[in-house]
Parts: sequence; C-alpha cells; structure tokens
Amino acid sequence: MTTDTTAGSTATPSATEYLILGASILGGDAADLLIRDGLIAVVGPEAADAASRGAVTIDAEGLVALPGMVDLHTHLREPGREDAETVETGSRAAALGGFTAIHAMANSSPVADTAGVVEQVYRLGLASGWVEVRPVGAVTVGLGGQRLAELGAMAESRASVRVFSDDGICVHDPVLMRRALEYVKAFDGVIAQHAQEPRLTEGAQMNEGEVSAVLGLTGWPAVAEESIIARDVLLAQHVGSRLHVCHVSTAGSVEIIRWAKARGIDVTAEVTPHHLLLTDELVRSYDPVYKVNPPLRTSDDVHALRAALADGTIDVVGTDHAPHPSEHKECEWAQAAMGMTGLETALSVVQHAMVETGLLDWEGFARVTSVAPARIGRLEHQGRPLAAGEPANLILVDPAARWTVDPSTMATKGRNSPFRGLELPGSVRATFYAGHPTVLEGRLATPRQAPAASMTGEAPAWNI
Amino acid sequence: MKHLLSTQDLSARNALRLLNVAEEMAAVGQREIKKLPALRGRTVVNLFFEDSTRTRISFEAAAKRLSADVINFAAKGSSVSKGESLKDTAQTLEAMSADAVVIRHPASGAPARLAASGWIDAAVVNAGDGTHEHPTQALLDAFTLRRHWAKLDGTPSAGTTLAGMKVLIVGDVLHSRVARSNVWLLTTLGAEVLLAGPPTLLPVGVGAWPCTVYYNLDDALAQRPDAVMMLRLQAERMNAAFFPSTREYSRRWGFDDGRLALLDTMGLDDTVIMHPGPMNRGLEISSAAADSPRSTVLAQVRNGVSVRMAALYLLLSGDSQDDPQDDQPENQADQPDQLATTPEGRTP
Repeated sequence: MTTDTTAGSTATPSATEYLILGASILGGDAADLLIRDGLIAVVGPEAADAASRGAVTIDAEGLVALPGMVDLHTHLREPGREDAETVETGSRAAALGGFTAIHAMANSSPVADTAGVVEQVYRLGLASGWVEVRPVGAVTVGLGGQRLAELGAMAESRASVRVFSDDGICVHDPVLMRRALEYVKAFDGVIAQHAQEPRLTEGAQMNEGEVSAVLGLTGWPAVAEESIIARDVLLAQHVGSRLHVCHVSTAGSVEIIRWAKARGIDVTAEVTPHHLLLTDELVRSYDPVYKVNPPLRTSDDVHALRAALADGTIDVVGTDHAPHPSEHKECEWAQAAMGMTGLETALSVVQHAMVETGLLDWEGFARVTSVAPARIGRLEHQGRPLAAGEPANLILVDPAARWTVDPSTMATKGRNSPFRGLELPGSVRATFYAGHPTVLEGRLATPRQAPAASMTGEAPAWNI
Repeated sequence: MKHLLSTQDLSARNALRLLNVAEEMAAVGQREIKKLPALRGRTVVNLFFEDSTRTRISFEAAAKRLSADVINFAAKGSSVSKGESLKDTAQTLEAMSADAVVIRHPASGAPARLAASGWIDAAVVNAGDGTHEHPTQALLDAFTLRRHWAKLDGTPSAGTTLAGMKVLIVGDVLHSRVARSNVWLLTTLGAEVLLAGPPTLLPVGVGAWPCTVYYNLDDALAQRPDAVMMLRLQAERMNAAFFPSTREYSRRWGFDDGRLALLDTMGLDDTVIMHPGPMNRGLEISSAAADSPRSTVLAQVRNGVSVRMAALYLLLSGDSQDDPQDDQPENQADQPDQLATTPEGRTP
C-alpha cells in the first residue's frame, strides 16, 4: 500500500503523531503504541521515547486496542436513496461504530453492476474519508438474476471489487450461480450469496414456526435458506471456487456449513449482530422495527449461531446495516420494509452476546469482526496485527462502558434500530483509519483527507 | 380493556363479562324499542380496508342501538393503493374525535399497530385482520355455543362457561382468522377444541396450540363433538397447490349429506353445525347441512349484534370492573424499563 504522503499539506491531521498509552492489546497485556505516517510505528515501552514532542497523547488505561472492524455487509443506499442513507452518513456511523472498512452492497439505484457505479461509490467513500468504502458488485445485471454483470470490469476498475453479491435477492438459478462462482476465480473474487429460495418464501413475513402460526403472518421457513446453502456449497466444491454465505440465520444452516468445511469446501459464513441476540418472539408486537430478511429466528437458532461463531464455523460478523426512512417502518407489518440499522450497535451487541457470555475473548472478537472479513474481502491492509510496521487501522474500546441505545442520536440516517432502549456494554472511544483519528473520545473527529493522487485518477488507487 | 385486538390476550374473566353483557344486550333486542342511550354523543368509526358488508352492518347496528354516532369509512383496497398510509388515515380519524375505531384490514396486526402506535387515542376494535384474528366473530360463536350448552343443561346462559364442551373446527385453519380467535377463546372458556383439515392448510407450529389435530374428518367426528364449525374455503387456494381440486377437498373435508346423516346414526342429536359465513354451499358444507335444524348460521348472525354491542359498551363506558391481568401489556414496546433486562425475544 501507499501511505498518505500528500506533499505540502503539513496541516493535515494525519501528519500528527499519536501516542496511545497503556491500551490492552487484544484484551491482553497493556502496551503503548505510537502511530505515525499511517502506520503503527512502535509498540511497547519505547513508544513514548520514540514519539516526537508534538505527539498527541491518548490515555488508554482500561481500554482495549483492537484492529479496526471490517464490515462485509453494509447498505449505504447511495446512489438512489439518499433519503435513507448516503455514503457520508453511513461511513460516519461506521467510524463511530469502530469500523475502518465497510463493503457497500450493490442494491443501490442504479444497481452497482458496472465499473462506473462501483467507481462512483468508491470515490464517494474516498471523499468522505471516515472509513474505507469498498463497493460490492452485483452478480447479475440489475440484480435481475438473468445475465452476469461485468464482473471483470468491476474487478479491474479503480474500485478493485472482489466481493460480488445480489444481496437482497438470491442468485437462485443454479446454472447462473455455478457460472458466477467459476468466473470470479479469474480475479480471486468471491460470490456472497443471499440464500433464500424464492418460491418457498413468496410473501414471507417472518420466521415460519410457532409464532407465525399465532400471528397469521406468512412464514419464511428455515429450509428456504438451508436448501440454497446446501446447493451452493456443492457447486463451490464442484467448480473449486470460494463462496461466502451472507447472514446465516438458522441452526440447520450452521450444520450444513460445518459439514462443508469438514469436506474442505472453500466456504465462509457471516452472521449479523441481530441474529445473535433477537428472536421472533419480538414480532408479537407487530412493530416493523423487528422486520428483517432473513427474519429473526428462534432462541435455539440464536444459540446455534453463537456456538458456530465461537468455533469458527461462522467466520465473520456482518452488520447488514439497512437504514430505512421512517415512513417505511411506520405502517402495518406487511407493508413495512425489511432491515435494521447496525453499524453503531454491532460492537456492543457482539460484546454482549459473545464476549460477556465467555464464547469469545477479544482476540476472537478481532478475528470475527476484522481479520476474517478483511481476508474474505481481500483487504490486505485491514485486519492486521497490532504490531510495528502495520497499517494503523485500529480502535480503542472501553469494555466497561454501559449505554442505552437511542436511535435518534445516531449518525446514520436510519432510526430503525431494533435495540432501541436496550442497555448494552462497550463503547468505541477512538477509531484510527490509516493512522488518522476519525473518532476521538467517543465522538466524530475529522475525516481522513483523501490522497490527492487517488482522487484525480492519475495514479492507482491508494489501496490497490 | 382499552382495546379488543385478539382473543389470545383476553382473560377468562373479561371474556365472560363480554358474554354476560351480550346477554343483556340481546334482551334489549327483544324489546319493542331496541335502543339504549349508553353511548349517546360518542363516535364510532367503522374503518374497513376490506369489503365486508356483513361485519360492517353488524357493527353499525350495534353502535346505533347504543345511540352512538357512526361513521363508515370504506377504504376499499389497501391503504397503499389509495396512496394514504394507515398512519395518515388514523390521524384523520383522530382529528374527527373518534371514540372507537372498528378496523377491518387485510394485513395481520394492523389493529395492534394502530393501538400501540400512539397515532390515536381511540379504542381499537379488531374486526378481522389478515389471517390473524377476528375476536368478535369468536365471541359471537362462543355466545351461540354457550346458549346451546346452557339450554341442554337447563340453566341460564349468563355466567356459564363452555367446560366439558367439545368443538370441532374444520377446514382452512392456516388462512383463517376465525379459527385462530376461536381456538384461544373457546379453550379459555373451558371447551376442548379439535381441528381437522388438510395438512397443507394447518399452520406449521400448530402442534403448540391447545388442541388436537386430525387430518381425517371422519376420525375427528368419531370423537363425538358437540359442535362442528365449518370454515369458509377460498377456492383459489387450489391454485397454490394447497389441495388438488375442490371436489377432492369437498369429499374429504366437506360437511356433506353423508356426514350429516352420520351424526344421526351416531346418536349425536344435540350436535350443532356452525359456519361464520358466507358459505360455499356444496364445497365445505352441503345445502342440507346448512339448512338443517342443527345449523346455527342465522343465530350466529343475530348474536353478532349483541356481542358487538357488548364490546363497544365495555370499551367506551369506562368499565371499572376490568380484569387487571388484561392491563399488563404483552407488547414490550410499552415497557421500556424492562428492555434493560432480558425480555422475551432477546436471548440472554
């Protein structure tokens, strides 16, 4: 990677050194870190000596230092639905939530199915400067499920797309799915599948089970997810490609993925924070804030997902952050849009569901929120160890903090948080993105200035 | 009781109060002057997003017999096709000072949404929501059954429960709000409920319901039910492969002349046949069964007005003898304090 060495801009904040004192590295021993020129320059007792006189000192006693979180699954809504979210507002929310990289899903309007659209989103991300914004390319033209989009053009664009997904819609045609899996091998891409058999889920409103039977809402059966995952892992095996399964939601899906991994199939899987905590019992309120796709499942599913994330069957946490304007939720259940916000609550929910239950330590947290998603998305400068010479994408977390979720104060435009009113642990105190503090003292600081060369298009993008 | 949204959250005590008041209302219906001044000056809005002449007329008659002012708001089709949201419609009614909103809506949960949203202050009465519930239909069915049960016993209806009664509900339970409301209410009142229908038309999860399920109607009839409630079948379900043909459905799950004769053969002289209407004669019920002395179809319609009068009266007259159990909301959104702990639906 090339670091930010924009000539002549001595006033840029990234030119400042940051000396972090006494942070617990991945929840282990406390150490000092010196951040300079976009890199972690020194880790250890000599950091203070190495710092220049003008270095900004951050007292991190009691805080945990973690690699910046990487989200494989974010809906930024731009272009097309800027009333719901923009790259700017979504990436602000991401920085506050402890992310240094997010993947913008392709279901914008126009759909991100050409090099032009993914480059637009990529440039908007660079201009915003709060996190690294990596566009996801659509698998099929217009998410139509008929013809492959120009995956190669997107891969070779300045956005250098590696993750392709029709998320929101399943690539249900088995031949098309097979071809997509095969084709992306040419540029080390991955197909991120939204596993939902369409015929089995026509008009589906919630998990099919005891609660849907009582509420009279059309069921979304677990088998509609599991049957597609079973097919896809076999396709991935057959063509020798890699598959990523988005938002796994059922205990049965976990079993299939566990089986596939045991067979050596190159499959990775993702779970959302909300599927790690919430169940379909909440739908009894008919409050559409709990409407999401795939739907909230049962308590048994929640426990199976947690166990799978702990034992590595599920590789990553992806937020599926899906902001909606309030009118899309202030209506009857069947009319309401599906989706929940998640960027600003992900860390706390995962801490609550996984760390405080003893299922993961902070190193494990870093694995599922940063290391593994960066590897899947092929972001070589993200999810790195907190060691000298590594890119300074890291966060400082106060694990002892407690806060009550209030969607009206969030940076995202979406107010549709299912965690409203819930007291959660953990607070992001600082986020460093390529050495630049986007969040300090738990509040937004300043965005990182985009390297001039990458904006003009005369030089390769900084992170290719 | 602030609202009447479902029978699942209706306590036995409040259900019996509703039925007892309905008996008093029925007595008013026998008088020469069938009108009470109880709700004079109050406004009841019938907000119907689905066509339903029968239910609307029944509610209208009920409100008028209690001297309430009635506004009929027929938002035919969905709220969205009108380009107006449920919220805007509700707030329009609020601005007109509605005291009660009787709502029929194709979306399950729309009345609950209206009641919990804070968009309006009016009492909300669910007149049928999607495939969720139709509580006043179940109340009128229970009222009809209770009169029958008390008469056999030689006791007055008021105060009686349905203890010991066996009620068989037959047909498309999956899509039936009438079936759901009846399952909860009849079991709350002490009856034993049996369900019979094709497996495709029984919901996944029915195993958790407090009833026995039969796939064969004749096996269910062999349990000697005291009442058989036939559900309306929408013929278009056939197109979604719920069953192969209406003829096959009719043979296996229709109450035909043969099954009518079977009741006589079995000596079930007091077993009644119910139907919420409108009937598909020759499909789920034969004409002979619908018109037989066992049929309670017309009594059900008549009792509907009494039950709806009772519901509107109890909701709007500041009922002081409420069952406090019903005042504990099940909706977690109403209990922000509990969200901090681990309410149902959030796995600890």
